[in-house]
Amino acid sequence: MVTAAQVWDALAEIPDPEIPVVSLVDLGVIRDVEVEDENVRIEFTPTFLGCPALEVMRDAMEASVRALGALPHVQVVLDDSWSTDKITAAGRDKLREAGFAPPTPRAATNLLQLNGAIFRCPYCGSTDTRLENLFGPTPCRSLRYCTSCRQPFEQFKTI
Amino acid sequence: MSAPALLELADDELILGWRDSEWTGIAPSLEEDVAFSSIAQNEIGHARALYELAARELGTTADELAFDRDPSEYRSAPLVEQRRLEWAHTIARHYLYETADEIRLAALKQADDADVAGLAAKMDREEQYHRLHARMWNERLRDEPRYQEALRELWPLALGVLAPEQRAELAGRVGFEPVDAVERDRQSEELRELWEEMTMVRRSVPGATW
Repeated sequence: MVTAAQVWDALAEIPDPEIPVVSLVDLGVIRDVEVEDENVRIEFTPTFLGCPALEVMRDAMEASVRALGALPHVQVVLDDSWSTDKITAAGRDKLREAGFAPPTPRAATNLLQLNGAIFRCPYCGSTDTRLENLFGPTPCRSLRYCTSCRQPFEQFKTI
Repeated sequence: MSAPALLELADDELILGWRDSEWTGIAPSLEEDVAFSSIAQNEIGHARALYELAARELGTTADELAFDRDPSEYRSAPLVEQRRLEWAHTIARHYLYETADEIRLAALKQADDADVAGLAAKMDREEQYHRLHARMWNERLRDEPRYQEALRELWPLALGVLAPEQRAELAGRVGFEPVDAVERDRQSEELRELWEEMTMVRRSVPGATW
């Protein structure tokens, strides 16, 4: 019989469809896993409500539970229990390595300070960066530019 | 929260998302093209989540509520229905709508219904970025006569987004005097045209999903 730990391990192998360097577990979108006999119940919170990756994530979770020989029940929870603070430390490192600046902590982020010096370039580490566009190629990203290394980069929005 | 009240909000977000997406590819700058496309995606995501809540109560599905109703059944505010491919009016609507939506969401976050309150809180996190964008543009255009005229023209429609008891607060925030609101019961020709386009696939192939 499958255990919750095996399910968590399997979910940790599922890449985010749009930022494949991080897994669903790294993103912190899995709120709970419960196993009862062959039934696996997964509580899952979307990142942004309009994110088209949600269906892909749900299908991938169901497939991976089935691959363990169990029956998946994925429950999508539409409350505000997910924020970018749920992205794990490992997830933040992986984002940075892939050239995405991880989100700043909610507590440290006053949205009016978007042009301030709390945003760090993922390539050279400089905080001498500026906002290019609040909006980017997906709902979760903004576009910034590093004045030090002259490199544009994507910033995970803090929500 | 009752299904009709959820549908008002869901219809606003769906129709406005659709209108915002009309800038995709043709906005005055690449940044605004990306911004309005991204905002549209968020609004339609909010609409979907709200339709799902309403659908649970009504025993139907989000897609059926979004696309299978008669145009006369939509409860959207006339402000969001207008087709405004003109920048001053687009920004005036964006600013007025986001300011009104902030008041509406603040009330919903206090709702007794935990599903509604939780969803409103999640939507509000995303809407912070829309507000920031709208305020930035409002600051930039505020002394332009064309923009001021657009704000004045849309003001009675903006009041119609909110329940009567919330309108005084909107007037205070925007700095306009309260006037007679254009209410949701007024069906616009523009909504009917949009409905023709928006529901074309579902009407051609009933139950289609994509």
